[in-house]
Amino acid sequence: MRDEQAVSLETTRRMTLRLLAALGLYGIASPASADDAPGWPSSAFKANKQDDALKSLYGKNFELSDKVSLETPEIAENGAVVPVSVVAKLPNVTSISILVPENPYALAAYYKLPDGALPQVACRLKMAKTTKVIAVVESDGKLFAAANDVKVTLGGCGG
Amino acid sequence: MAIAIAAIAALRLMGAAPLFAADAASASRPDAERKAFQSFFFAKFPKVEKDDFGNGPYAVNAGMRKQWEEIMQFPPYDFALDEGQQAWEKPFANGRKYADCFENGGLGIRQTYPRFDAKTGQVETLDGAINRCRVENGEAPLAWETGTMASIIAYLAQTSRGKPFDISIPDDPRALAAYDRGKEFFYSRKGQLGFSCASCHVVASGERLRGDILAPALGILASFPIYRSDWGSMGTVSRRFTSCSAQTRAVPLADQDESYRDLEYFLSYMSNGIPITGPGTRP
Amino acid sequence: MPTIRMKAAANGDVVEVQALVQHPMDSGFVKDSAGNIISAHHIETLVFECNGKPVFSAFWGPAVSKDPYLKFAFKGAAKGDSISATWIDNFGKTDTGTAKIA
Repeated sequence: MRDEQAVSLETTRRMTLRLLAALGLYGIASPASADDAPGWPSSAFKANKQDDALKSLYGKNFELSDKVSLETPEIAENGAVVPVSVVAKLPNVTSISILVPENPYALAAYYKLPDGALPQVACRLKMAKTTKVIAVVESDGKLFAAANDVKVTLGGCGG
Repeated sequence: MAIAIAAIAALRLMGAAPLFAADAASASRPDAERKAFQSFFFAKFPKVEKDDFGNGPYAVNAGMRKQWEEIMQFPPYDFALDEGQQAWEKPFANGRKYADCFENGGLGIRQTYPRFDAKTGQVETLDGAINRCRVENGEAPLAWETGTMASIIAYLAQTSRGKPFDISIPDDPRALAAYDRGKEFFYSRKGQLGFSCASCHVVASGERLRGDILAPALGILASFPIYRSDWGSMGTVSRRFTSCSAQTRAVPLADQDESYRDLEYFLSYMSNGIPITGPGTRP
Repeated sequence: MPTIRMKAAANGDVVEVQALVQHPMDSGFVKDSAGNIISAHHIETLVFECNGKPVFSAFWGPAVSKDPYLKFAFKGAAKGDSISATWIDNFGKTDTGTAKIA
């Protein structure tokens, strides 16, 4: 059995403070609200529109680039679990974010990459309906992006 | 000699091939029907390897398969597998264990279920055998559709992964009758939409039903129990049969109703030779 | 039951990490059978550390799937090193898991 352990409330406090310290290095533009986990960019995540999420997170725009590869299915087998994979052939990547503009909140996920992290990430996202998916990669302070269309329909089995 | 002749005559009346046929042991009607069923799917999906039929829609659609391969890097049923093993190994209050109720401690035998039970004259599924073991040892039965039952079967299925379905129809008219009832259920139209299982899983297999790709009936139970993204949790054959009845606007029967058990018996027998792939993930 | 399962493997100087976390990730948009909204309950941060340093941080909103998965890679660790992951959700709940790099 792996040595994984649940933590008590007291350890939570200690870890929270460590997290704050760890995340303080990266200068996240969008502040967390009092109730949220430390460092969580709450106004970016609460933005409905893509532009507001990006403004909150980065304060700048992206340019499309073929150096960002975004892999998504053409037709999602189920909108609740859509595999998304991003790989960037760019130097000094410090963050990757994934936006799903047709979702109620445009920002789905945001990743901070410290030194040593490879410029790639894969995760599984919910998509409410057919939508573009945009991967934004921050490299040397500039934003590069790729966008794909993902078709999402109702399952035939009625769900 | 007279008895032998009478026996052969009786068998002929029942529709079985004559005893002196080249492959007498397997020359039964269900066996012939199984071969025809499998040939239909092999012909309909010539690019699908026989062993891949247990992967349902992923065997017959490349776009779906890619998503499945991604998800299988770290399958969502992983938690259920651990829970299932823990639940399986925990003794009952009376000190006995599940393993005492099954040959080989229950491991590596999933592919032989469902079985015809000569004592009750009914089909017994693995789910039923698990609950019978519990009740016989003073424990309350588990709910059929999800939770611990699904976790336990996930664990047992995994110990049988790769083993081909090996369902037997013993030489008992009641067993043959159960098989026949299952077959009839499979091919009968039901409910408001007038679909039979065959409508989707034979005739339209491999095609889209809105966003879904319909799995071929061959091997369709091999991947159970499944973590369906749709459910966000595990589900057993019971969960799928009842929900499918409801979704096709037919009246869902009770979990493990005799009709569902006969259906599972028929479907599993038809898949003899197809390896177990469970537990599985599905859309 | 531990909620974080991790697989970490070293391939040359690159360590590839896959994590699967057991969490409802309720979006706050779904109703229960009685018609009441199920409140949003999702992981907000998931931070991975190795040899005392953060190596990857995930910030998640409600659009991340239930029982979320994550795959990433980093340099600067070797087989035998330990990697830890800690999540905090919007209810303030938290859990930590560890795995050895294989």
